Amino acid sequence: MAFQSILFQSREAPAVHEARAYCKDLNIDQIVNAITAGWKEKDYDLKPLFYSPLRRVDDMQYRQEIMRDLENETALCAVRVFARAVYTLENSMRFTRKYLLSQDPYYCNYLQKGRLLESAAAYCAAVEKLAEDIAVPDLRSRGLAAFREYIASYKDSAAFTALQAETASMRAELSAVRYCMLIRNGSIKVRKYEGEADHTAEIEAIFERFKQGAVKDYRRDLPEEPYAEHVEAGVLNLVARLYPEIFERLDRYCQKNLRFIDETIYAFSHEIQFYIAYLEYIGRFKRAGLRFCYPRMSGESKEISSTNGFDMALADKLIAKSQPVVCNDFYLKGAERIIVVSGPNQGGKTTFARTFGQLHHFASLGCPIPGTEANLFVFDEIFTHFEKEEDINSLSGKLQDDLVRMNGILRQATPDSVIIINEILSSTTLKDAVEIGKKIMEQVVRLDALCIVVTFLDELASCSDKNVSMVSTVVPEDPAQRTFKIVRKPADGLAYAMHIAAKYRLTYECLKERIHA
Amino acid sequence: MKAHLMYPDRDFDSEAKLSAQQQTLIQDLELDTLFQAMAGGDKLILEVVRRAVTGGLAAPEEILYRQSILRDCIKNPDVVRTLYKIASDAIQKKKDIWWITSGMFLSSVLSGAVNLLQMFAGMLKMLRGVADKHAGQFESEGFSALFSMLQRELDDEYFALLQTHLHELKFYDGILIGAELGGHNQGVHYMLRRQQDKKLRRLKWYFAPSFSVNPRDENGCTDLAKRRDRALNLATNAVAQSADHVCNFFIMLQTELAFYVGCLNVYERLAAKGEPVCFPEPSGCRTRRHAFGGLYDISLALILGQRVAGNRLDADDKELFVITGANQGGKSTFLRSIGQAQLLMQCGMFVPAERFAANICSKVFTHYKRQEDATMKSGKLDEELARMSGIVDEIEPDSMILFNESFAATNEREGSEIGRQIVNALLEKHMKVFFVTHLYDFAHSYYEKELPGAIFLRAGRQPDGRRTFQLAEGEPLQTSFGDDLYAKIFENAPDKPAV
Repeated sequence: MAFQSILFQSREAPAVHEARAYCKDLNIDQIVNAITAGWKEKDYDLKPLFYSPLRRVDDMQYRQEIMRDLENETALCAVRVFARAVYTLENSMRFTRKYLLSQDPYYCNYLQKGRLLESAAAYCAAVEKLAEDIAVPDLRSRGLAAFREYIASYKDSAAFTALQAETASMRAELSAVRYCMLIRNGSIKVRKYEGEADHTAEIEAIFERFKQGAVKDYRRDLPEEPYAEHVEAGVLNLVARLYPEIFERLDRYCQKNLRFIDETIYAFSHEIQFYIAYLEYIGRFKRAGLRFCYPRMSGESKEISSTNGFDMALADKLIAKSQPVVCNDFYLKGAERIIVVSGPNQGGKTTFARTFGQLHHFASLGCPIPGTEANLFVFDEIFTHFEKEEDINSLSGKLQDDLVRMNGILRQATPDSVIIINEILSSTTLKDAVEIGKKIMEQVVRLDALCIVVTFLDELASCSDKNVSMVSTVVPEDPAQRTFKIVRKPADGLAYAMHIAAKYRLTYECLKERIHA
Repeated sequence: MKAHLMYPDRDFDSEAKLSAQQQTLIQDLELDTLFQAMAGGDKLILEVVRRAVTGGLAAPEEILYRQSILRDCIKNPDVVRTLYKIASDAIQKKKDIWWITSGMFLSSVLSGAVNLLQMFAGMLKMLRGVADKHAGQFESEGFSALFSMLQRELDDEYFALLQTHLHELKFYDGILIGAELGGHNQGVHYMLRRQQDKKLRRLKWYFAPSFSVNPRDENGCTDLAKRRDRALNLATNAVAQSADHVCNFFIMLQTELAFYVGCLNVYERLAAKGEPVCFPEPSGCRTRRHAFGGLYDISLALILGQRVAGNRLDADDKELFVITGANQGGKSTFLRSIGQAQLLMQCGMFVPAERFAANICSKVFTHYKRQEDATMKSGKLDEELARMSGIVDEIEPDSMILFNESFAATNEREGSEIGRQIVNALLEKHMKVFFVTHLYDFAHSYYEKELPGAIFLRAGRQPDGRRTFQLAEGEPLQTSFGDDLYAKIFENAPDKPAV
């Protein structure tokens, strides 16, 4: 298979998206920001890739294979070094080309020509190095194996070998140039070097006898870069007059090799950053002992499951504070479609719902996801309904807004969608909320879409065979302390209340004893 | 170039932090009075003598090395003070003309360093002038070495060469820089190159192609300055470091002379009062010697108008000195004079006595009764024992410890027992112990043992109760004559109600 793109199986890439509404609700935007933090946006523009789920299982597998290959440190290192080098080279070459094509001698000078030559040398070295390095690891992915073939044949191509030879000889000639500058009264005169003595050594010798003990070091770390380019360019023009043949040859070299980077290689160096960025991001979790897995994706079965998943956005913050991260499991079997999460507040319910959405989102990108094992469904869209602040501009009440949004979701959703509902109907009476809630649940049940609902309404947990009840738990001895574990068990809002009551000796038994007739 | 007036082979460290033990010595032995007299208002002398006097020498040769230098100083006080002034002036002038900031161009640092070295060269020449004129009047090894070093290292030829180079470093004819092409043709590996003589240079460079920077082109002008800096980086370092080295020589010379000028100051004051001083005879630290006559408390002598009473003692081969006797009978003064003389001998100074011979001690410690601890952190005995434990942490064999009424914070029996246990151990570990005490049980128990290395001294008392302030050998007595003191302060005590 001829190599085309490391991100897609064909050049006709699917459209990339900006962040969708659900990304904010699920904190996916925070995760993407963290993933791309080290990749300057204007240079790499990686974010859209992380907001664009794939639709075909095979496309996801294409990327999963590449991710697996790159988990090999040798492969990742080789590719990372190469891609960064080529990508930054091309970006800086854009300016150099612009200058060299301009007619203004102020811009089109021997420093720019030197930069072109230097970049070409770096490019040749990077290609050589990659061809060598990438031959070592065992590559199983279709994408990287094809790229390896591509780079091997490119390295032996006539165009590349010629570039390499010309670049090397040009640099050798220039590095032999020696000159002297006489700086006096605001002007610089230049002549060839003619063996003038090292004055510094003489000075050091004459003061030698004063030397004793350690004193302050007055040397400074001065950059070997010119401060004013136009002065350096002016000096170089004088040097060019002393060495005319060499500098004329440099002029011809630059005309010929204005564009030396292969387009496919350049595209690779950009696209591979998607993998590198993600793998570097999840590295911080792995170092903290958390596990990642490659989910089995299915477009048919809705029997999904995940073991030891976690919310990456939250885990990132917890690890920074050296706090433990709690992992949770879920599964749906047979006709089960809806997870209803209830239980005490601050117990990790919303985090659980976000995790559910994040796992689906990142799985659909072809990425490894938090957990030790996962089977997930290929969704067509994720819909979220998270509680919104009351909108002052809205003339309608909050309940009405909630219902309008919910209605919108149910109209757009298909049986292949994932729906995540977090605490709705809190702004009405319990009786009404139960009534409305049940009606909404009925619709979701009818739709047969995968859904997770976080609610304080126990009644919703058992209103259909498709519903599964999960509950956030507390430490039995100290109900004020959360475990952040969400477990599959019948909803029982009272259980928590009983713990609290026992703690304050207000249970029935306690009160019977305490209250004397 | 080294001054080496304090040690034959190394510099004196004038910035060493005073240890807690040194500070305790200064406090207990009333050394601040002595130091102020030595300094005579010169802060440097004060800092130097604080360290020199309390940081004793361990070898008799080192002590004799300083003694002979000090003898030269006493013979030639004006020459020594002139040398001290030249060094002090050089350092002061440096402070006036030398300042650099990190943002400065190196070329400015270089020209500053060149000016500084030109000034130093002048001062070095003055030093050599003194050496040329007075070297013959000095006999000590230390001064001879210093003077001949100045004459050898700083001959006229070298001064001339130095001037030529310093002149060249002003770069009146521009700077010549050698360079190569770097990765993208930028000039790299800048090297300061020596220019040929004027005629040849004119000829060669007149027609060389040139690039001029417009004086209003700020970037361009900065660029030229940075180019110069790159070429001058190493040369600037060499010149500025040389200036530092020369400056360090002056600092060292000033510091080491400060000690001797301090000695001269106090010598002249004591001489004016007619108090005797002598150069002591040190013996090795394994021996036990203490033989002196007319030994007095130097700080007391500097404060009092009249002459002070001296003590004499010939106590060779003794290691335990138990001092008892009358209150205000001169016990503390005696103990202080013992400690002071030991320190002064071991720093190479003269001692306040008509004659003095003693063995060197590896370290000197004092353990004095202290005021009640104001912080209430621990009880008085706790505090005393904690200090004792601190001493034990640092003590080495052949050290000297001066106890002044230690372990009296509890009753006599317990205090005596604690004292005995400690002193017995110290003696076994070859320490030299001086113990001023009112603890009769403690003092007398040693007396009864008839140890050959123990000697018992008693503050004298005339039969009418007047103190002689002289100590003499004698058996410890049960009373310390507190009644006398009481009677003196509360004259006709029986008639007045007790306060």
